Amino acid sequence: MDAEKSIEFHGVSFRLADGKTLLSGLNLEISRGETLVLLGRSGSGKTTTMKLINRLLDPTDGEVRVESRSTFDWDPIQLRRRIGYVIQEIGLFPHLTVAENISVVPRLEGWDSERIRDRACELLSMLGLDPDRFSARYPRELSGGQRQRVGVARALAADPPVILLDEPFGALDPITRREIQFEFKDLQARLNKTMVFVTHDVREAFVLGTRIGLVKDGKMILLGPPALLLESNDPEARAFAQCFHEAGSPENAA
Amino acid sequence: MSFFEFLLRNRQEVLELIGEHLFLVAISTGMAVLIGVPLGILLTRKPALSKPVLGFANIMQTVPSLALFGFLIPLNVYLFEFKILGGIGPHTAIVALVLYSLLPIIRNTFTGISGVDPAIREAGRGMGMTDRQLLFQVELPLALGVIIAGVRVATVICVGTATIAAAIDAGGLGRYIFRGLRSNDNVLILAGAVPAASIALIADLLLGYLERIIQFGGAVKAKSRRLLWSGAAVVLLFLAGSYFFMGETSGRVAVGSKDFTEQVILGEILAQAIEGRTGSQVVRRFDLGGNLAHDALIAGEIDVYIEYTGTGLLAILKSKPLKDPREVYRLVKDEYAKRFNLEWTEPLGFNNTFAILVRAEDAQKLGLKTVSDAAKVSQQWRAGFGQDFMSRADGYPGFARTYGFHFQEIREMDLSLTYRALAEKQLDLIAGNSTDGLISRYGLVQLDDDRKYFPPYDAVPVVRQAALEKHARLRGLLKELGGILTVDEMRKLNYAVDGEKRQAKDVAREFLIQKKFITGSVPTN
Repeated sequence: MDAEKSIEFHGVSFRLADGKTLLSGLNLEISRGETLVLLGRSGSGKTTTMKLINRLLDPTDGEVRVESRSTFDWDPIQLRRRIGYVIQEIGLFPHLTVAENISVVPRLEGWDSERIRDRACELLSMLGLDPDRFSARYPRELSGGQRQRVGVARALAADPPVILLDEPFGALDPITRREIQFEFKDLQARLNKTMVFVTHDVREAFVLGTRIGLVKDGKMILLGPPALLLESNDPEARAFAQCFHEAGSPENAA
Repeated sequence: MSFFEFLLRNRQEVLELIGEHLFLVAISTGMAVLIGVPLGILLTRKPALSKPVLGFANIMQTVPSLALFGFLIPLNVYLFEFKILGGIGPHTAIVALVLYSLLPIIRNTFTGISGVDPAIREAGRGMGMTDRQLLFQVELPLALGVIIAGVRVATVICVGTATIAAAIDAGGLGRYIFRGLRSNDNVLILAGAVPAASIALIADLLLGYLERIIQFGGAVKAKSRRLLWSGAAVVLLFLAGSYFFMGETSGRVAVGSKDFTEQVILGEILAQAIEGRTGSQVVRRFDLGGNLAHDALIAGEIDVYIEYTGTGLLAILKSKPLKDPREVYRLVKDEYAKRFNLEWTEPLGFNNTFAILVRAEDAQKLGLKTVSDAAKVSQQWRAGFGQDFMSRADGYPGFARTYGFHFQEIREMDLSLTYRALAEKQLDLIAGNSTDGLISRYGLVQLDDDRKYFPPYDAVPVVRQAALEKHARLRGLLKELGGILTVDEMRKLNYAVDGEKRQAKDVAREFLIQKKFITGSVPTN
């Protein structure tokens, strides 16, 4: 057992009941503290890959291990509480306040109310939201960027070792999106969590990823540091690389 | 008497009926919520069930209330010693109302929960919520507005349909409406309908307000939300509990009646005679609609009521019509004993059938005694008949053929208007109801049905044999009631209630005292 390994995929496939294959033969190891970005077009299998980690889906072949233990052996509820989960802004509970949203997992875990309150304040401050102003607001009273910060805070609340992020910044305008990406990168460096980040935005992948896994038609066709994507001759990799160059010019490089 | 005058004068009773009505509505919608919400939740977990369950609830809404009552009354389901289903009274009314109000609650719970954004549900699951936690912390709170909207629809339906509860002695504002309909009294109808409509409007407004608050989850804090839930739960449990303790009648004689004036008076006469002469306590279950009195008697919910031989023969036994009163009486007596263990005792002495009526002065001038006498002199006459008489199998066509009538003119009109039209010489002959109080009021004369065209409808007490065995003095008393009422006396009693607007119980009491059946010192209540 390797203590450095946080998440492993061993020959993992996932097929729907109607026989359609969404993911096939995936082998992958993610180290502690690493941020792996799953990059690919819509419907390529990135989100499926991520949901296999917190057992929202179970593999039809092979196995996924979290902390060296097969997900089949984990109680799904216990597993999910050790994994933060951020999806697009709509994932916030509209009937709960910002503070209540952040407190969901600590409350499920039975923390006492004072500890929960302190933790919510701490996280809001960490994400640049004034707790006095924002705690009692409802999601509909926030801007898109603020909602997204709350979503991240909620995923971090119970201090899970692993965080999954499914296109968390997808619905933001380009400027806010860029700001929050850099804030998030900063946060990443401080927290030292294992993160799996799904996106179809190649620039986001370059800003945030320690490694990038390029997914196409349910297969991982390329895995390595961002530079590898730019050097590859694979047509899909070149298509994404081209996007990066066009979007990146004239002044930007991460 | 004006509407407001009536409300003011009877405010005690009006408030009582409003109370009964509110109780019926609260307990019925409460139980519909207790059943409908969990059922709606189940459907979101097992969508395959949604078609049959929603289909059933849909069909229930289309079943006519009297048919539903007829089906529910014979059921006799006990949970320990508590009756939970069947019989006349609030139980059956509540069960019917629950069935009527289930659909909007199940449907809205189902669509409310199904309508929760799948992304939100997945966020909850991804955060490690169990199915229960997801349901109670995410799905139900988010669907609450839609569920309340369903409860709101159900409540309004329930307020409206609760008026039919009066047809099975379950009380409520329907009592005024039914009483008003049968005595053609608009003030009474309004006295029932206006408060019922007001209740519906107020309930709609209040629940609409609650719905708006909750839709914006914001205004209700988690703590007060929990308070709201537990408050609602306590109220519902209390109401559900009270359901089990209603309508205990053991040890007393239950007297029933159908839902028209004459029947209520006869019910009172029967009840007061039993109270005065046998010492048994009496429960009154009056105003039973349609043939529900018969159903209630079979089910043992009442012990005795007054039935008419013709009704027993045609409507209950579905036998072919017979003309001879003694033959009809003998036949229903034998068949009831054989089939239902019910006994027809002595006839009260009057026959409630169609009465061919003319003005007293014509009868005297022309020497008319029988219908045949009238047929000979009627060529220039104008006749007036109610819609019922014109269309029934034992109505006009056979009547005209049997006696050879050829009127100059026939007018089909509302039965209650024909009496007056005859008295005012706009008509010369009508077919009224033999016991109608208006006959004596206008001094009309009933001609003898000498060819025995109309089937006999002799009024006779019908009693459960089990009740006769249980209450030893009942048989003797019912025998004594034989022949107590002539048709003319019945008319006067009917007129005292319909025409003079007196209370049936006072009219019945005076009659019994006058007949020396009970003594005058019996206290009124």
